[in-house]
Amino acid sequence: MNALPLVLTVFVACAVEAVEALTIVLAAGLTREWRSTFQGMTAALIVLAAVVAVVGPALTLIPLAPLRLIVGALLAVFGLQWLRKAILRASGYKELHDEEGIYARQVAAARAASGGRRGWVHDWYAFTLSFKGVLLEGLEVVFIAITFGASQGNVGLAALSAAAAVLVVAVVGVVVHAPLARVPENALKFAVGVMLTSFGIFWSAEGAGASWPGNDAALLVIVPLTLLVALGYTALLRRTRALVAAGAKEVTQ
Amino acid sequence: MSRWLRSFGAFWYDFIVGDDWRGAAAVALALAVTALLVHVAGVNAWWLMPVCVFAALGWSLRRATTGRS
Repeated sequence: MNALPLVLTVFVACAVEAVEALTIVLAAGLTREWRSTFQGMTAALIVLAAVVAVVGPALTLIPLAPLRLIVGALLAVFGLQWLRKAILRASGYKELHDEEGIYARQVAAARAASGGRRGWVHDWYAFTLSFKGVLLEGLEVVFIAITFGASQGNVGLAALSAAAAVLVVAVVGVVVHAPLARVPENALKFAVGVMLTSFGIFWSAEGAGASWPGNDAALLVIVPLTLLVALGYTALLRRTRALVAAGAKEVTQ
Repeated sequence: MSRWLRSFGAFWYDFIVGDDWRGAAAVALALAVTALLVHVAGVNAWWLMPVCVFAALGWSLRRATTGRS
């Protein structure tokens, strides 16, 4: 199978999560202390790298059919979750992810919190805020990178793609020195949700013993079909919402 | 220890399954039926997963937008 979908999906998923992690790191660093913030971020990145280094190779030891069944099922469930949220946000039923709002809330909390030194960490609050933010956002990326990488027998390429996305977002973050509020997060999450769900459908059905017509080429139909279904649901929900709003307006007049 | 295990399990449940467990249940059920059709009935049921996943997504969205999730 072509490695491009693997590289693109992991890169985009990682970039979106890195933008969210950057917001937390900036809030901790700019309002508290950079040294402890970097320590927290580094500690989280080491934990994430260790998870990839241990779980990645372990997954490749599992035979391909059961691996694809398990990984495919997990990806389908995980992808449905991403897609559901992205559709609800795109249709107006859920608020869009607001990096500036999140940043303002994190800054207010960071200013109000007391610090305190623990061991080699000067500011424990900045350390834990940065550590938790990077670890939690990073776990989603690790999950996607490992499952995608293992199913295609290329965990190394998936890890490289994830690292490249983190680097790009980090460089842009250093240059801009503010939360990356202009990144079209929901559109990117929508795209990642489509890819995760499509590959989840493909691999899990294969793992359960089904054979796709055209083998890997079936993905060329599954991915656009999933996108069309997701766009269709979004349009339907937007229309329903507009009709409900129009009905409510008529009642009040 | 049991409290730690419970929070650990809750974290992974929330991480993978999220707000609506029905999506996960639909995927598991669709896979079980696909395996049965393929291995017991000899039917190459590749079409079942996409149908069930798209239906589960629609069902989940309907529940979320009608306040029943």
